[in-house]
Amino acid sequence: MGKALHAIVFAGLTLALPLTAAADDSYKLTLKDHTFSPQDLVLPKDQRVKLIVHNQDKAPAEFESHDLDVEKIIPGGQTISVFVGPLKPGRYSFVDEYHEDESKAYLTVE
Amino acid sequence: MFSTALIVFREVLEAAMVISIVMAATKTVPKRGAWITSGLLGGLAGAGLVAVFAGAIQSWASGMGQEIFNASVMFIAVAMLTWHSVWMGRHGRELSQNLMATGRQVQTGNKSLLALALVVGLALLREGSETVLFLYGIAVSDSGSLFEMSAGALMGIAGGAAMGAGLYLGLLQISMKRIFSVTNTLIILLAAGMASQGIGFLVDANMVPAWGFHIWDSSWLLSDASVLGQVLHALVGYTARPAGIQVAVYLITLVGIVLAVRYIGHPAARQTPTQHGTAPEAS
Repeated sequence: MGKALHAIVFAGLTLALPLTAAADDSYKLTLKDHTFSPQDLVLPKDQRVKLIVHNQDKAPAEFESHDLDVEKIIPGGQTISVFVGPLKPGRYSFVDEYHEDESKAYLTVE
Repeated sequence: MFSTALIVFREVLEAAMVISIVMAATKTVPKRGAWITSGLLGGLAGAGLVAVFAGAIQSWASGMGQEIFNASVMFIAVAMLTWHSVWMGRHGRELSQNLMATGRQVQTGNKSLLALALVVGLALLREGSETVLFLYGIAVSDSGSLFEMSAGALMGIAGGAAMGAGLYLGLLQISMKRIFSVTNTLIILLAAGMASQGIGFLVDANMVPAWGFHIWDSSWLLSDASVLGQVLHALVGYTARPAGIQVAVYLITLVGIVLAVRYIGHPAARQTPTQHGTAPEAS
């Protein structure tokens, strides 16, 4: 296949390997009965943070935020983590996409 | 029932957009029906498997297995779309003149169809597995009846499929002379969008630098959550708040494929109009 294609694939792979930086701070969210707690999580601005989300329900959930451009499945009973930021001050909504109406909650960045 | 329909619709929509473009791009390729059907069936089977093993995939790579899996799916699709684009650069003219007569040409066509069938399968694999998990979640936890769930799911699938059919029929209105230049462009944009989504997953997993987390915010103009936003997300990789690296990878893919088509895909430039093997095959 083409050089350009190889270049793209290798660029992707080499970028993917060595540059893993440890995030300093992690913040926990819990999902139970399709409701997140806390409902409004406060995060520091301008900082890359790790969100740890524990799904305590039996049903799978999909942690999704268009505001944060994040989408990740959480199988029932499992915990996922996802990195976001650095974020500007403001309010960011997120949901369990599978129960969007009941589960809407917010991150407040300040 | 309607909320079920809406969620299934959104998951099906993205896959339907991809399938429509592939269908239009292969309009005159012989035996494409069998290939695309295999892609569909393979993708559906794969979606079931991915849903069943979601927990296992999730726990790979210290909890970042899902991102790596999704990014890999995207990058494989990008590679296949690139291959198809280069192939079309070589054979597009024959196709639009309906000259796919000799056995050898059909064979070469099969390779490109294999690539596109994989793209269809991968699109279904990802979106389909999310749909399966969602429906499974309703089945195990919610009070709603099985009938309501099934009806909602069918409505959602029908809605997504209708949007896909609309795009396909729209593309068929384009004249034979121009359809391949339109679908080639769409496929390159599709590939760039997928590459940008793929690298986005690796940003979520903190495996690549973001190069600016949200370098702009156009959600006031067009939200990712709207139907139009999602259609454009699926078609051209629209993201209201992209990371810098997503924009970079988008542009690199776009330019990379265009250059690959120009320098590898057009052996005519080297005055060798034979069917295969004459262009410099970089390995």
